Amino acid sequence: MRAKPLASIVSVGISKFGRREGVYARELFAEAALEAFQRVEKLDPGKDIKTAFIGQMSESYEHQSHNAPIAASWAGLLPAPAIRVENACASSGAALRCGIMAIKSGMFDIVLVGGVEKMTNLPTPEVTSILATAADYPFEQWNGMTFPGLFALMATSHIHEYGTTEEQMAQVAVKNHKNGALNPKAHMQREVTIDDVMKSRVVSWPLKIYDCSLITDGASCLILTKPKLAKKLTDNYVHIIGTGQAQDTFCLHERESLTTIKAAKAAAQEAYKMADLKPKDIDVAEVHDCFTIAEIIAYEDLGLCRPGQGGKFVESGTPSLTGSIPINTSGGLKSKGHPVGATGTAQIVELYLQLTGQADRRQVEDAEIGLAHNLGGSGATAVVHILRSS
Amino acid sequence: MTQPAPPTIEQFYRYCGEKKLMAVRCVRCRHLMIPPREICSKCRSSRVEWAQLGHKGTLVTYTVVHVAPPAFKHMTPYAVGIVEMSEGVKIPSIIRTSRLETLKIGMELELDFSPKPQESSWPHWPRYFFKETE
Repeated sequence: MRAKPLASIVSVGISKFGRREGVYARELFAEAALEAFQRVEKLDPGKDIKTAFIGQMSESYEHQSHNAPIAASWAGLLPAPAIRVENACASSGAALRCGIMAIKSGMFDIVLVGGVEKMTNLPTPEVTSILATAADYPFEQWNGMTFPGLFALMATSHIHEYGTTEEQMAQVAVKNHKNGALNPKAHMQREVTIDDVMKSRVVSWPLKIYDCSLITDGASCLILTKPKLAKKLTDNYVHIIGTGQAQDTFCLHERESLTTIKAAKAAAQEAYKMADLKPKDIDVAEVHDCFTIAEIIAYEDLGLCRPGQGGKFVESGTPSLTGSIPINTSGGLKSKGHPVGATGTAQIVELYLQLTGQADRRQVEDAEIGLAHNLGGSGATAVVHILRSS
Repeated sequence: MTQPAPPTIEQFYRYCGEKKLMAVRCVRCRHLMIPPREICSKCRSSRVEWAQLGHKGTLVTYTVVHVAPPAFKHMTPYAVGIVEMSEGVKIPSIIRTSRLETLKIGMELELDFSPKPQESSWPHWPRYFFKETE
């Protein structure tokens, strides 16, 4: 039996991702919202959207907290209440769960969910410091740990335990840049070679600059409705049929294993169970490639390959655009960019385009089931969603 | 009678100032915890006590940081890792070595402490670190 939809997505919008000089977070969000509104003409956003959940990681980039009401009002939503959701890099994945709960509760019929981050006003060392605040302060940050550093610790373990190679990690970057080159909204629309990655500057060994996602400005949003309402508004809607979220110890050193993200496994299991699907049913996925090693671990945690086989999985070409389970067709965080708060819903934007046949040159043929995997911090939070075409 | 020291992070670093590496142990299930906390992360018991650890550990994983936040920039490149103490509890730490290329998972390391920093703003914690065994 097909799983009952939890909520439906009737429209999506995404700003151009990149270094958006002279543009404020609220303006980026309005850009994404406008695109979403234009896609669904039968909707009167100001009147029909009754609440909004907006992900944003940090107020430090623009000296601006309380940003959800600002972003929502710039999108023309007054007096509908807007609530900021913060779970580091999983902020808008978590915001989407809030939206689903709002619909499922019966309190709201139409909800706006999204995220935004304007990161490039500050020089890179300051951005790095702000990002590092999503790691534990008294033990991790205090001991000189950075975000690339935390994922590098996992990479070193993965190399040691399974023989994963730096070249295999580099292949994740090559694949995602190849996809990103086809995405007009992507930050870095150009291909890179294994050699480019291998010869790039070391950030935190074994991770090099091309193993890391980009510091990007951007916003994304979705319009959610209760499933019965979707087809009255548009022909292009998709259903959310599974959602899962879990957490693990905040500090990396407290985890039993450093080669897997337990929270992601648990979130995936919850979402698969709700959707009544198995990993082999997934046609297309967007996974949280904040660092190349994170994508390799994601393959394993989502059950797309066996533990330890993630390196070989990317090598086999299975997750390429022309492979049997295309992953990060948008370019991922690696090439599309990673405006932290916007990432979770930006993944859903790509799945929506894929499942409604609007992904243009990135289109995966006959895609019916899509999965999004969104991590917060070093995996203390993980959010997984499963979508089905209508 | 003096009150037992509270199982707080501040207290952990106070002990570091006395050159002691302390973990919190659950009285009920014996689970050792760093960071310290009042509720056992394994069995939820709130009966915890401080336990002093030895100076020996092994390297579980590591990285060499080349791009660091401003406070650590002067040290680059430097190694950070996760160390497993002989008592079984793990801890993140800077690994001081002049030979970064000799770092290896499974190598033995020895605990040491730096003097209390002179910083005027919070936090004023002394630091622990690990180094190669002599």
